[in-house]
Amino acid sequence: MAADTTSVEGDQRVCIGAGVCALTAPGIFDQNEDGLVVVLTEAPSGEAWDKALRAERLCPSGAVRVGRSSG
Amino acid sequence: MTTAPPAFPQARVCPHLPPPAYEELRQGPPLSRVTTHAGQTAWLVTRYHVARTLLKDPRLSSDRRRPGFPVISVQVALLTERKRQALIGMDPPEHDIQRRMFLPDFTLKKVRERRADIERIVNEELDKILDHGPPADLFTEFALPVPFRVICRLLGAPWEDHEFFQDAIRRLVRTFDTEEGRQAGRELLTYFEQLVTDFKKTPDGAGLIGRLSGSGRISDDDLALAAMSLLIAGHETTAAMISLGAVTLMENPAQLAAIRANPEAIVPAVEELLRFQSIADSANLRVATDDIEIDGVLIKAGEGLLIPGSLANRDAEIFESPDTFDANRDAGGHIAFGYGRHQCLGQNLARLELQIALTALWQRIPNLRMAVPAGELNPRPPGAIQGIDALPVTW
Repeated sequence: MAADTTSVEGDQRVCIGAGVCALTAPGIFDQNEDGLVVVLTEAPSGEAWDKALRAERLCPSGAVRVGRSSG
Repeated sequence: MTTAPPAFPQARVCPHLPPPAYEELRQGPPLSRVTTHAGQTAWLVTRYHVARTLLKDPRLSSDRRRPGFPVISVQVALLTERKRQALIGMDPPEHDIQRRMFLPDFTLKKVRERRADIERIVNEELDKILDHGPPADLFTEFALPVPFRVICRLLGAPWEDHEFFQDAIRRLVRTFDTEEGRQAGRELLTYFEQLVTDFKKTPDGAGLIGRLSGSGRISDDDLALAAMSLLIAGHETTAAMISLGAVTLMENPAQLAAIRANPEAIVPAVEELLRFQSIADSANLRVATDDIEIDGVLIKAGEGLLIPGSLANRDAEIFESPDTFDANRDAGGHIAFGYGRHQCLGQNLARLELQIALTALWQRIPNLRMAVPAGELNPRPPGAIQGIDALPVTW
């Protein structure tokens, strides 16, 4: 998927529902009722972008992927 | 003649600090050889980046039954002989299927809904302590009952039976005798098998057990084993962290005062306590299912790996002055809850319990202090969840 159309992705297929993304970057990520990742803000900017990158770094499963350009 | 690699894990001297010899291991290569409790030679991972990479590698198995799995204690030895494994000892796809059944009870939202309930439990336990006056044993009277009551409610395990399972769990996780541990494990499993059977007859059974019993999604045997292991994992670790966390805070009075002055400061402080204590090295054990080349080292299929948080979380390349407790630091990248698909299911519950418990302690008992020097507290043996079984305090 091109980074310029969707910058933040949450892959429910590999998600283990640790909730680290929702804890680290609320407003960008959430968990659905099953505990799996949901993206709330696909193209965050500024401070929110940094939080998204932090969530990607801390995500234990690799489900959170953040593009390298915020567009 | 070659000498055997050093023993690992080793015993703590001061219960809230890692064993002194770990510092030398951290200065050594990222992967080195160690000798386990069972006399096996296994790989020890000493660096953060290698630890995170390996804990995500699908060529590492958590299945305790596989030959070569590192046996670091009597408790792990007992798991190697068990036909059925709990979540922590499963690989995909079984692991992922079962973990997803439990997830709905552990989401951030569901956990946060428990705040008032946890605060009530914390205050009830503190009421009892204040009623009888100083001194008190903060482990037995606070650190242990708080997470025990919380996890019982989450699972739907009846509190009126707590004396039975507290005693049986103690015998299982503390014993050095294989037969005693085997017997305690059997008693616990039989209890939970009966509980699942009973819950199937009552359509509105409580908690996670009630939700899944009779759902057709999981066998009765698997659910009983899951309930037993979630009960143990859900309180043993948190009880250890509440008590050791309190010790570390009391050993750092200036930082404790700063945390008490700013209610939000407890959030990063708890992350730092998790990093600093790293009590659950015994959860990060794996065995290679294939040859793995990493950092110039060849891990062969069938070789065991120990990937302790107590080393990775003190990697000086990641955490500046790692041996300093700094409640203000950004410790968020720690792997105290593990990493990869087995990362702690209850981590957000544990965070909330620790934040509430360690805040309420000094709100309710402002003058709380240890009744003995930290050096006189008795650490648990290596291979166990690290912690203490008594914490004499006064005020």
